[in-house]
Amino acid sequence: MAEKINVKIEGRIYEVDASLTVLEACRSVGYRIPTLCYWNHGHNSLASCRVCLVEIKSSRGSRLYASCVYPVKEVPAEKGFEILISSPMAVEARKTSVELLLSNHSKECQTCVKNGQCELLHVASITGAEDRKYIGQMTPTSKDELAPGIVRDSSKCILCGRCIERCKEATGIGILGFENRGFKTVVSPIAGRSFAKVPCIQCGQCIEVCPTGALSEKREINKIDEAKKAGKFLVVQTAPAVRAAISEEFGKKIGEENGEGKMVAALHRLGFDRVFDVNFGADLTIAEESQELINRIVKKTAPLPQITSCSPGWVNYMEFFYEDLIPHVSTCKSPHEMQGAITKTYFAEKHGLKPENIYVVSIMPCTAKKGEKERPENQAIKGIPDVDCVLTTRELALLIKRSGILWDSLPEEKFDDDLLGEYTGAGAIFGASGGVMEAALRTAYHTLTGKEHEPVDFREVRGQAGVKTAEVDLGVGKFKVAVASGMKNAKPLLDEVRAGTSPYAFIEIMGCPGGCINGGGQPFVKPSLLDRESPDILDTYREKRAAILYSIDERKAIRQSHNNPDVIRLYDDYLGSYGSEKAEEILHTSYRLNRERYPK
Amino acid sequence: MERISTAAALDESIAKYSKAFEDKLSGKGGKRAVLICGGTGCIANGSDDLVKEFERLIKENGLNARVTCNHVGCFGFCSQGPFVKIFPEDTLYRKVTLKDVKRIVEEDLIGGNIVEDLLYVDPVTHEKVARQDDINFYKKQKRISLHGCSLINPDFLEEALGYDGFKALKKVLTEMKPEDVIAEVTKSGLRGRGGAGFPTGKKWSFAAAVKSDKKYIVCNGDEGDPGAFMDRSILEGNPFEVIEGMMIAGYAYGADEGYFYVRAEYPIAVERLKRAIADMKEVGLLGKNILGTGFNFDVHIREGAGAFVCGEETALLNSIEGKRGMPRPRPPFPAIKGLWGKPTCVNNVETLAQVPYIIRVGAEEYAKVGTQGSKGTKVFALGGKINNVGLVEVPMGTTLRTLIYDIGGGIPNGKKFKAIQTGGPSGGCLTEEDLDTPIDYDTLVARGSMMGSGGAIVMDEDNCMVDVALFYMDFICSESCGKCTPCRIGTKRLHEMLQTIVNGTATEKTLEDMKALASVTQKGSLCALGQTAANPILSTMGKFPEEYEAHVKEKRCPAHVCKKLTRYHIVPELCKKCSLCARNCPVQCISGVPGKEPYHIDQSKCIKCGACMAGCRFHAIVKE
Repeated sequence: MAEKINVKIEGRIYEVDASLTVLEACRSVGYRIPTLCYWNHGHNSLASCRVCLVEIKSSRGSRLYASCVYPVKEVPAEKGFEILISSPMAVEARKTSVELLLSNHSKECQTCVKNGQCELLHVASITGAEDRKYIGQMTPTSKDELAPGIVRDSSKCILCGRCIERCKEATGIGILGFENRGFKTVVSPIAGRSFAKVPCIQCGQCIEVCPTGALSEKREINKIDEAKKAGKFLVVQTAPAVRAAISEEFGKKIGEENGEGKMVAALHRLGFDRVFDVNFGADLTIAEESQELINRIVKKTAPLPQITSCSPGWVNYMEFFYEDLIPHVSTCKSPHEMQGAITKTYFAEKHGLKPENIYVVSIMPCTAKKGEKERPENQAIKGIPDVDCVLTTRELALLIKRSGILWDSLPEEKFDDDLLGEYTGAGAIFGASGGVMEAALRTAYHTLTGKEHEPVDFREVRGQAGVKTAEVDLGVGKFKVAVASGMKNAKPLLDEVRAGTSPYAFIEIMGCPGGCINGGGQPFVKPSLLDRESPDILDTYREKRAAILYSIDERKAIRQSHNNPDVIRLYDDYLGSYGSEKAEEILHTSYRLNRERYPK
Repeated sequence: MERISTAAALDESIAKYSKAFEDKLSGKGGKRAVLICGGTGCIANGSDDLVKEFERLIKENGLNARVTCNHVGCFGFCSQGPFVKIFPEDTLYRKVTLKDVKRIVEEDLIGGNIVEDLLYVDPVTHEKVARQDDINFYKKQKRISLHGCSLINPDFLEEALGYDGFKALKKVLTEMKPEDVIAEVTKSGLRGRGGAGFPTGKKWSFAAAVKSDKKYIVCNGDEGDPGAFMDRSILEGNPFEVIEGMMIAGYAYGADEGYFYVRAEYPIAVERLKRAIADMKEVGLLGKNILGTGFNFDVHIREGAGAFVCGEETALLNSIEGKRGMPRPRPPFPAIKGLWGKPTCVNNVETLAQVPYIIRVGAEEYAKVGTQGSKGTKVFALGGKINNVGLVEVPMGTTLRTLIYDIGGGIPNGKKFKAIQTGGPSGGCLTEEDLDTPIDYDTLVARGSMMGSGGAIVMDEDNCMVDVALFYMDFICSESCGKCTPCRIGTKRLHEMLQTIVNGTATEKTLEDMKALASVTQKGSLCALGQTAANPILSTMGKFPEEYEAHVKEKRCPAHVCKKLTRYHIVPELCKKCSLCARNCPVQCISGVPGKEPYHIDQSKCIKCGACMAGCRFHAIVKE
């Protein structure tokens, strides 16, 4: 049982958990103190924005404290301390902090990417900040649009430092930091460089925590309009994790709705010629990747452990920091790239379409996918990218809103049943950390034993832990496997592989903590803007989204990738066997040696 | 040098070198000693060359056997440097140049006569003073932190051992339990000399109470106040004393590793500190099992890159850890969770320098010096509009009047005293009515300023207080670490408001807004830098409201400092029509006819450079 303490808040005594900060203690009894730099549990301990200042009164007088870091233990009611949130002193201080931030902030709110989801505007409104109270010089700023996935506009940065901490926590790299001193301080990659000129893996985790429009995905919506104007055959394909979160953009609670049916209906109404599911590509990936694993185990074609290659954030990280592990990384393209490649070859042939006239749009929970599609290694037909355009979940929501479609009025529709339409439960769970592993194990077990694994699930690789390990029986012996999400969590596993001491046969790695459901392109989870969510939503949202994917899996009649009839037909009609030469050519990729971390 | 691995060996060494040191200075056997100031200021004025020249001439004149010559730490009286002091007579020569060396050697060292014209001349009595102790600047000082500075050669452990060095360390390691040391320092009433004045013994006891496999001690030598150089001079003059203080602190609360965080702009201090540490390691005074007592202690140096904020203890710790120097929220306080998460006390150079003395003489004796709440002595860097610019160490409780007039020799050119800024950019100003206040931590705060690290800038009637506030805000703006909103943006806005005041575009509302914002910056900032950033504004506004009002309401700068509010004017009656002013004017805005018509300044073109006024031989040009 946690230690308790009595605190006096606005004249009333409450018993709260003694380990909390003042802000958390107030929240636990029903007060939400505004803040901009604080992020879940405040373990980043920044205390920089000063928007959460409260007055703490004692016999020694009154002082202001940043409630987000001040331990409630320091102010017990017994010793005469009282926490005041709405005293004139506290209200004035919070208001001034916000007014000062506004005085050095870009005034382009109307066209800002965060319009409607800006935490600064939110605190401005609830603190009663006055318009243009302080006017003066602005910090010299810059806009970086060079990187494929992330745009940084420092004129909108309030220097809260959340992104800096998130990058360190999620990737362990620490791409972002404070630069310069005093009023000239900015947050940026080292020496004011672009994201494109540092070893940024483009995972977009920084965007997820940014309270303002300083960090955003590189938008590609206009490209679709261009493709339509050019009369292209538009194929859209949606990643597994998108349906788990898209409804949040339309006011649904997190985990409340599987948005698949409505999303498909919306895409049909948006004028796409075909609406496909990347779950098909995921099944295809499993077919190839499990074969590759078996080849490594049985034929010793390449070293073990095999490491997955679905996550472009991880692939970037690997090329920057662990290029010596390339032999370990599966050569399989990621699911949407495989599906794009199949669309422009097999699907095109079957329909008599010219591949250059097909325009493949992927809807992804991911910002790194935007860069992945531009890799020359991902061109099944030389000169023609497998995927032409990548939109994030957030961009899709915007696309839907732009067209005037009302989400709640949409019917549930099914993906198009046209060669690439079917998918299995194994494909669906790709979106959660451990999903690729589980799907691959189901198929590998079948290939090795000729039997289906009973029960279907490999539950030990599920869940939100940063690293999960298990020992699985694949019929021909027991193998150790590991699953890691977030590069910081993956690093120890990679160091083992590098040192030659890794006990694992197969490792799944996802760039973002929790996997794609928590990707950098997913809807924002900002507790202060989500009044209907419980205060601990940041601790639970990933599981809630993952639960949607696992429930899809459970309800599917076919739950193993190798049993996907469309995949079977694809191999029978076109590719031949798993890992055939043609499959190698279309579905596999390669990685770069000597990728420069700091190009000029 | 011999190894010193036991207490008995230390006793022997102390006895040996004390005798040698005494012999050197006491003139035994007709010996003479020449001590030359080797502080940064005097070195900048060529004192290194003086040492070489003395050595050359001593050799040339065959004086080697009876005259020694070496550099020592800062004499403190920097405006009169470089200094050369001759023992045993205690003759002090000031402003010595290379060509004077020959005369000192020939007339004094050989001839036995004082070189009169190199002596200090009292500005009041106009009498020449030969002995250092007879100079007013030194009379009322008491040297505890500066013990040995300007006496020992800071490059030699032998000299430190010969002048009280490591007696206190031996005492604590052989005779005292760690808790006794903390009790003694607590009893002494020593408070942190870095500025806030937190009781040192209490700080150590916090760290002592935490169980940890590792504890650190950090010496804060990141002296950043404009015009302050107390820490630098102590480290340059007697680094051993500070290391000794650090070791005693380490022993007291269980730290076995210390870090000196010294500004990289103090190369001489760093060099001498490095040498001192190396020499101590060599003889066994640092390392494992010191004096055979089982006490281990190791010391490192980290050079700061010159950020003012790194003087703030948590920013300093970040900097040592290799992170950007940005303050951490407190609690947890460093004494509980400091360097690399381990209990760490951050003590100022001057604080640690007082510790060996306290142990040597005992807490009771130490506490006899000072006031009720502030014990011991404090070093001040006296600067600005004052005759005797330099470093002074005075007992707590000395009045500002003594500091400014007796020690500082008063205000130059017969100008009127206006204010003294203590506590650097974080402090405030004190005025005429505060002159008889005894200086200690509490009285300064009560009077709207603070002790700070010891900077003391004197201002006279020619200083504009708005301009002074602007100067400090300028400093703070560029030195803010940029982390928290009120300090990063608030100080900038305050700076901008002050600029409108000196430019004559402010309204009365500006004053209100500025006061309100200053108050939020003070109460709402993360660290002491931000919390004190507005002090210069609040302090000058509080003590000189009429000056602010003159700027805002009358668009007038009473001290004629603020350019936009000042006009140069040629008094026609005094103008001799010589045309010099017109020729000196860089923008050709002065017109007249030589010998016929008085000259006149076109205000619309004047850039207020002051060249005309400076050049006028007839004082016909005035500022208004």
